[in-house]
Amino acid sequence: MSYHEAPTIAASDAPRLEQDDRPTLRFVTCGSVDDGKSTLVGRLLYDSKTLLDDQIDALASESRTIGTTGGDFDFALLVDGLQAEREQGITIDVAYRFFATKLRRFIVADTPGHAQYTRNMATGASNAELAVVLVDARKGVITQTRRHSHILSLLGIRHVVLAVNKMDLIGFDGDRFAAITAEYLTMAGQLGIPQVQCIPVVARDGDNIVTASARMPWYTGPTVTAYLESVDVSGDVSQRPFRLPVQWVNRPHAEFRGFCGRIASGTIATGETITVQPSGRQTRIARILTPGGERDRAAAGESVTLTLTDEIDVSRGDVLTAGPAPQVSDQLAAHLVWFDDEAMVAGRRYLLKCGAASTGAVITTLKHRIAIDTMAHENAATLDANQIGYAHLSLDRPLVFEAYRDDRDMGSFILVDPISHRTAAAGMIDLSLRRATNIHWQRLAVDKSVRARLKQQRPCVLWFTGLSGAGKSTIADLVDRRLAELGRHAVLLDGDNLRHGINRDLGFSTADRAENVRRTAEIAALFVDAGMIALVALISPFRSERELARGRVETGEFIEIHVATPLAECEHRDPKGLYRKARAGELPSFTGIDHPYETPQAPEITVDTSEMSTDAACERIIRYLRENDYL
Amino acid sequence: MLDIPTSTEPALLERTGREPLHAASHLRRLEAESIHILRETAAEFRKPVMLYSIGKDSSVLLHLAMKAFHPGKPPFPLLHVDTTWKFREMIAFRDRRARELGIDLIVHTNNDGLSQGIDPFTHGSARYTDVMKTQALRQALDLHGFDAAIGGARRDEEKSRAKERVFSHRSAAHRWDPKNQRPELWSLYNTMLAPGESMRVFPLSNWTELDVWDYLLAEDIPIVPLYLAASRPVVERDGALIMVDDERMPLLAGEEPRWRSVRFRTLGCYPLSGATVSTAATLPEIVLEMMASRTSERQGRMIDRDSPASMERKKAQGYF
Repeated sequence: MSYHEAPTIAASDAPRLEQDDRPTLRFVTCGSVDDGKSTLVGRLLYDSKTLLDDQIDALASESRTIGTTGGDFDFALLVDGLQAEREQGITIDVAYRFFATKLRRFIVADTPGHAQYTRNMATGASNAELAVVLVDARKGVITQTRRHSHILSLLGIRHVVLAVNKMDLIGFDGDRFAAITAEYLTMAGQLGIPQVQCIPVVARDGDNIVTASARMPWYTGPTVTAYLESVDVSGDVSQRPFRLPVQWVNRPHAEFRGFCGRIASGTIATGETITVQPSGRQTRIARILTPGGERDRAAAGESVTLTLTDEIDVSRGDVLTAGPAPQVSDQLAAHLVWFDDEAMVAGRRYLLKCGAASTGAVITTLKHRIAIDTMAHENAATLDANQIGYAHLSLDRPLVFEAYRDDRDMGSFILVDPISHRTAAAGMIDLSLRRATNIHWQRLAVDKSVRARLKQQRPCVLWFTGLSGAGKSTIADLVDRRLAELGRHAVLLDGDNLRHGINRDLGFSTADRAENVRRTAEIAALFVDAGMIALVALISPFRSERELARGRVETGEFIEIHVATPLAECEHRDPKGLYRKARAGELPSFTGIDHPYETPQAPEITVDTSEMSTDAACERIIRYLRENDYL
Repeated sequence: MLDIPTSTEPALLERTGREPLHAASHLRRLEAESIHILRETAAEFRKPVMLYSIGKDSSVLLHLAMKAFHPGKPPFPLLHVDTTWKFREMIAFRDRRARELGIDLIVHTNNDGLSQGIDPFTHGSARYTDVMKTQALRQALDLHGFDAAIGGARRDEEKSRAKERVFSHRSAAHRWDPKNQRPELWSLYNTMLAPGESMRVFPLSNWTELDVWDYLLAEDIPIVPLYLAASRPVVERDGALIMVDDERMPLLAGEEPRWRSVRFRTLGCYPLSGATVSTAATLPEIVLEMMASRTSERQGRMIDRDSPASMERKKAQGYF
């Protein structure tokens, strides 16, 4: 049983009231400026008798003083609640209004039409089950109609009412209505919006809002209200696998440890086995506490507290799951709607919030941008405010998620600018680009970030690769000294030196070379965990091995430096006489002579000591570290 | 090992005339959403606080907070900004509830305003509200360093509130910038703050006044008895019925307190709270009266009447 307490109000002789369980439909109105969105919403409030006497009095008086309808009720004043909106006669931000009919309750989000306030339109649409898209009958489908419809489809809204407004201004022309309808339906089909109802209206006068319009007898479909009351928007998330993002660990005393959150999908019962993601640990449900009391079952949408039969590590951001495993990955592809006036920058770090989880994220590539008018995919390097695109993201740690089309709660995220703290973008996950493995890690209380903070630096691996004699060790040694001068904590792992110690048992066969790289990568990763900057100077000729080393640390912690001095120059220098020996056949499998070197395809830094001094190479590396916030 | 009762209160139906709410009901959905918001606030902020105004919305909010963290206690204290002009019954109720629930209650009064003798009669409601409520709230939040303040405001209350986010950002000067609100999609809340900035959090954003009454009834939640009709001494002033709660209220010429059966739809400072003539003395009667009502609850609030955009301006200045 949940929290409850002794009553203080006696009401035993009170009249009996039936519980009022009319379902709630959340919908959004959108369309361009002056298409009449706010007027439509005001009309719905007025005609549904939601407005109370004092509100109608206030509306009448304001319509006379600041209205735009020449003394008639200016219904837009009911929703444009901000002073700036009323002064300018426009909608800036979304307004939420409530009304009810005999059959349903409604929460309507009335959203702005201006392109510059698209983020507010998306805000209102994100929690809607249906959208009323208004177009001005005189203008038909315009760019803003397309933009809004595109965002609606990305947000997964499956039901649209196309309200063709101001029919009186085109003489109630049924042919014109049919033409607009046909154009919109074609677009909706391309966008994958499955259900569209087109209704000709005059919002200001109430035609086809609540009552059928006598002025348009050729239209025989439902009125806006009749459609809103009857449309079936159910998409039952309780049929999907159980997912509970853990918001809060409730630990009031030693005997109770509960995991709180709102069930995103599915159902759960006591005794059932669940898997904690991303750790992959399994346990069973002991108790289910709900706001209505302790129960043996709970379903999607409920905010619950679960206790588990085993003491296992679960923290905020983890997801309790049952049934088929969710996606767990640190690489994903997603649709983005960009909000911030500061344009998207690939490679820049943003904070990503998904469910109760937060992690650093980098947009690695923008795959395409949508040209709103043609819906074509165009190549672009960036997204400006209000633009839509499709991007690959790389996360600091694995995220538990589902595709957005399957599960809104588990597939949606926002990107927050870490400096301005503005919400930069909304994201809808399309798919995972790499499956992370479910290896349970020993969780340590003092982690890398704590150690790194103690040292006041950002740990990373500087991986110097290149031919023998290219200058890797020399440059690494210079960088090591520069870092020491700057008060940073670094360690230099030189391939030759490691072969005197930890790698002394290894020869130069392909297998032994691979093992040499693997051990070195592991050691470097341990130093990164300790908050250090690890400099590795190793020929490391194979791309796959360098990628393996990169994968041992988190995204952004691996800086590949190609010391690209050409073979001829290296051989000419031959500081250790090795090329001479190799040419003489005394050193088999020598890289560059009779063993391949795979040139890095996209190293973070390239230096060539045949073109620059080793000091200049060192400074280039230091500059890179500064510019990318490592120093 | 657990001190949690294991069955529902059997007498609920008898006391309220209602069955307990079922899991998929309208009110349970609102409740689940509000609890999610409360838990996000507790998890994401360094030092949250719940603004407790003693009214019916605060009663619902407190009840939800008790549920959200049950069997623990809410991990934040209550803050009441006391103007010293609240109804006496409200203060008694406040102290009793905090004691019964074992929750920390912080009471803050703007002592500067008090020593300047600011009162609602001589200084007008606008100036009084600014000094004793808005400035007092800002003082209290700064004094304790709270970075999130949970309030019971609903979007159906008033036009500027209909525009506000669930997590509503405030500058270091406690200002709301309505023209530049953060986008707020799904149930994902951007809780990032720069030093000195804070957040107002409104878990009841999607509730209506009728939902609140319905929930008070369904969950049998204690409320200040002033909400229920009783015979009380009132004077009619500027078209509103003002209760004479203590001797500080100066009576104008010709004003004579009359005992009438009244109740309050919203509660605040007694000189600024208009009463409604009513005989609804139980919660079910109030819900029935509400359903038939033709005026909004804020009609009884004198402070919103100062000018059409007064609420937005007060909010921009840091009021709630």
